[in-house]
Amino acid sequence: MKSAVVLLPGLNRDRDMIAALTKVSGNPPLTVWQTDTEIPDVDLIVIPGGFSYGDYLRCGAIAARMPVMRAVAEKAAKGVMVMGVCNGFQILLEAGLLPGALMRNASLKFVCREVKLQVANANTAFTRNYAHGQIIRCPVAHHDGNFFADAETLSRIEGDGQVVFRYAEGTNPNGAINDIAGIVSTSGNVFGLMPHPENLIEDAHGGSDGRALFESALGIAA
Amino acid sequence: MIKARVTVTLKNGVLDPQGKAIEGALGALGFDGVGEVRQGKVFDVEIDSADHARAELQLKEMCEKLLANTVIEDYSIKIA
Repeated sequence: MKSAVVLLPGLNRDRDMIAALTKVSGNPPLTVWQTDTEIPDVDLIVIPGGFSYGDYLRCGAIAARMPVMRAVAEKAAKGVMVMGVCNGFQILLEAGLLPGALMRNASLKFVCREVKLQVANANTAFTRNYAHGQIIRCPVAHHDGNFFADAETLSRIEGDGQVVFRYAEGTNPNGAINDIAGIVSTSGNVFGLMPHPENLIEDAHGGSDGRALFESALGIAA
Repeated sequence: MIKARVTVTLKNGVLDPQGKAIEGALGALGFDGVGEVRQGKVFDVEIDSADHARAELQLKEMCEKLLANTVIEDYSIKIA
């Protein structure tokens, strides 16, 4: 499978994401720049984490209006898999490709630590190599990861199995409603996650709990 | 030249931890009787036009497309 990573000024996890995709798939991903209006034919588009546009206005707000995001939306509408991590998740929400919003952490503090995640839906293209209910370790590093959706949206995404990962064992680092850490679109091909699975894919990272996410998304058998 | 002020505030029911922290700090400064504090944003926008009706439509579109995230925020527009 071929993948592409979206690059925007202010992102800082792009190198980690490229390394993870390269290590798991054996091939380096293509990269696309914010002003690109077309994305080459790939199976997976990834928006990494960081602080695009310095988080000005709202996290991800400016990035979501850049030309490359129109191209991402077109690909998503055609069924191409799209994954946003951390700032990438914020960008997907601001672009309207996923429901809800990510607000300032309830503690008002930047959190950089390891949390536990529970796989709330293993029946997605991004989590099929995990077991339903499995608890994994995953690092987080963010200031605005407090997922919020109005009551109607929340009941819809909960009812449709769109919640893919939840913070588990009391490790919710940001006050996210229903402990939501990651969600998928109704179409199933757009996925956003606040924690950083790309930073836990090999022994040198201290564990490889995030690897199955990349293997799932890249169509590699467990 | 039209000068407009756009105010963006969190919707009712959306938790505002920053407002809560400010509320606590006001109390710590000794201001008594302070109720709930909610934090918002103000944008002063200049539009090179004399057509108020068109400017208002433009500003509304700016709010919907960029200045506010209508999932969590409301906005109001005031043209000077």
